[in-house]
Amino acid sequence: MHIQLAFIDYAILATYLAFVLAIGWALKRHTRTSHDFFQSGRSIPAWITGLAFLSANLGAQEVMGMAASGAKYGIATSHFYWVGAVPAMIFVGVFMMPFYYGSRARSVPEYLRLRFDEKTRGFNALTFAAMTVFSSGVSLYAMGLLMAALLGWDFHFSILLSAVIVLAYIFLGGLTSAIYNEVLQFFLIVAGFFPLVMIGLADVGGWGGLKTRLVEVATARGFAPGAYSESWRHMTNASSNPMGVEWFGLAMGLGFVLSFGYWCTDFLVVQRAMAADSMSAARRTPLIAAVPKMLFPFLVILPGMIAIALTQAGGDFQLPTKPDGTLNYDMTIPMMLGHYFPPGILGLGLTALMASFMSGMAGNVTAFNTVWTYDIYQSYWKPQASDAHYLMIGRLATIFGIAGNVTAFNTVWTYDIYQSYWKPQASDAHYLMIGRLATIFGIAASVAAAYVATVFNNIMDLLQLVFAFVNAPLFATFLLGMFWKRATGHGAFTGLVAGTAAAAVHHGLSLPAEAAAGIKGGWIAAMTDYPSEMAQNFWTAIWAWTVCFLLTILVSLGTRAPQDSQLTGLVYSLTPRPEETETRWYRKPGPLGAVILAAAALLNLLFW
Amino acid sequence: MGLDIRKPIGGLLIAVGLQLAVYGMLSDPSIYKRSMDINVNLAWGLVLTGGGALFLLWSRRAEKTVR
Repeated sequence: MHIQLAFIDYAILATYLAFVLAIGWALKRHTRTSHDFFQSGRSIPAWITGLAFLSANLGAQEVMGMAASGAKYGIATSHFYWVGAVPAMIFVGVFMMPFYYGSRARSVPEYLRLRFDEKTRGFNALTFAAMTVFSSGVSLYAMGLLMAALLGWDFHFSILLSAVIVLAYIFLGGLTSAIYNEVLQFFLIVAGFFPLVMIGLADVGGWGGLKTRLVEVATARGFAPGAYSESWRHMTNASSNPMGVEWFGLAMGLGFVLSFGYWCTDFLVVQRAMAADSMSAARRTPLIAAVPKMLFPFLVILPGMIAIALTQAGGDFQLPTKPDGTLNYDMTIPMMLGHYFPPGILGLGLTALMASFMSGMAGNVTAFNTVWTYDIYQSYWKPQASDAHYLMIGRLATIFGIAGNVTAFNTVWTYDIYQSYWKPQASDAHYLMIGRLATIFGIAASVAAAYVATVFNNIMDLLQLVFAFVNAPLFATFLLGMFWKRATGHGAFTGLVAGTAAAAVHHGLSLPAEAAAGIKGGWIAAMTDYPSEMAQNFWTAIWAWTVCFLLTILVSLGTRAPQDSQLTGLVYSLTPRPEETETRWYRKPGPLGAVILAAAALLNLLFW
Repeated sequence: MGLDIRKPIGGLLIAVGLQLAVYGMLSDPSIYKRSMDINVNLAWGLVLTGGGALFLLWSRRAEKTVR
C-alpha cells in the first residue's frame, strides 16, 4: 500500500522542519561551553524539562510500539503506563532526584564513580553507550522501512533526511536544543494523533462499541470475552491473557524491575531532569511528565485496539501480514493514518510520526554524547583538556553517534562524511582514533540492531529485552547505592557484571512459544518456555535484578566499608533532607506525587 | 535560556492550523468520506490555531509579569 501525498501534506511537513531547525539556530549563540552543551547550563524551568522527560521516551518504541502492543495484547498494554511508568516516575522524583541533582554529577555513570568507584562507572558507561546507539539504530531503521513502505520514499533518503535534521539541531544547540525541540514535538505528536483516535472511535461506535467488537477478537484466539478490554481481570493465569503473563511476573518484572530500572537509572530521561534550574524543579520534572504519561494510553493504545477489532471484523481495513503469516503489528499506526486521514491532516499525522522518531533519536544522541565525552573520553583518554576541547568532542560524538546509525546502511556515505569532517583536524592523530572507534562502535551496533529488529514483529518486545540486560541489574545497584551506606565499590561492580551475565544466561536458557532458538533466546539450551516474548523479558529482568541485588550485598559485606565522610550527598541516610521552599501543594514533590499516584490507581480500577 | 519556547510552539500550531483550516474550506467534500464525513481539516485546523494563540498569550503574560 502506497499513500499518495498531496502538496498540502508536504507543506505541513516543511513547516515543522523549518521550526525545528530555526530553534537549533536560535540557540546556537547561547551554547558556548560544554556545560551549556551537555547540561543546558542547568537553567530550564520544570514544565519544559518535564515535557522533554516524557518526549525523549516518546520515540518510535512509544508511538509505533505501543500501538502495536495495543493490537497484540489489548488493553493490558496500559500496564506499561499505569503500573510500569507512573509509580517509578514518582519514585525517581521524590526519592532519587535529590542525589542525582544534589551530587552535581553530570551523568548517571559519573554518579556511580562518586558513590562507588571507577570500574563500576566504566562498566556502566560502556553498556549504556552501546544501548543508546542500539536503540537509536532500531528507531532509525524502523523509520526508513516505514517511509519506504508507506510513501515509496527511498529508504536511504528518509533515513538521511531525519538524521541530518536531528544532527543539525543538536550540533548547534546541544541539550537545550534537543529539550526545546522535544517539547515542540510533544505538542505535535498530540496534535497529530488525537484526531485519529476520535475518528477511529466514532467509526467503531465509541468505547462501548469497541469493547463489543473485541469480544470477537478474544474468543477467536481462545480467550475469555473480555481478555482484550479488561486489564487486570485475566492476569491470574499466564495462559488466560494475550500478553502471556500472570500478575506476579507483571508486577515484579514490569512494575518493579523494568520500570524502575528504566525511569530511575536511564540517563536518557534522567538527563532532562538534571538540566532543570533548581532542585525543586528537578524533582518535579518526572512528576510533571507523569501526568501526560498517564493519559497516553488513550492516544497510542486505542488505535491499536481499534485496528485489531477492524481486522477481525474483516472489513476494508486489514493489518498487513509478515512473510511467515503473522500479523505485522508495527504497521498499525501508519495503516490507520492512511485509512482514516484525508490529505491535509494526513500530512500532520505523518509529521507527528516523524517528530516521534526524531525526539526519540535526539534523546539517545544527547545522552550518548554526554556519557561518551565525560565518562569515557575525559576519564580514560584525556582528563586535563580545556572546556572548548570537550565541547568539540561532544559535537564530534553527536556526528558519529548519528552517522554511525545512518551510515550502517550506506557505507559510501560513511566515508564521505567521516573523512570530510576529519580532514580539518588531520594533524591530530588523536581525533582520528576517537572518531574511528566511535564510528566502528556505532556502525557495528546499528547493523546488529537493524538485523535483530527484523526478527521481531513488535519493536517493544525487542526494546524491553535490551532494558532487561542493561537497566534491570543497574536498578539494584542504585537502590543499594542510594539507600544502604554499607554498599561498596567491589560489591556494586561484581553485582552489576553478574546481573548482566544472569540476564544473558536466562535469555540463553528460555524461549518464547513458537520461536526458534537464536536471537530470541534458547541459544544455550531451551530449558523453559514462555507464552510470549514479553513474559520472557519480564523474567529475564527479574533474574538480572535479583542476582545483582543479592551479590552486591554479599560482596559488600565481605569488603571494607566506605567512610561516611565520602558519602555525604550520595546516600539517603547521610544526606540532609532538601529544604522545602515551595508553599503550594502542587509545587511540593511529596503531595504532588501522592495525588498522581492516586490518579493512576483509579485508572487501573476503571479498566480492571 | 535566551529563547521562550512558548513562542515557537504557538507559532508552529498557528502555521499548521491555518494551513489545515484554509485547505479544509477549499477542498472537495468527497475526500472526507474516509474520516466519517467530518471535515477534519477545517475543525482540527481551527482547534490548533486557537491552541497556538493561547501559547502566544501565555508567553506575553509571562513577559509582562517579569517586567
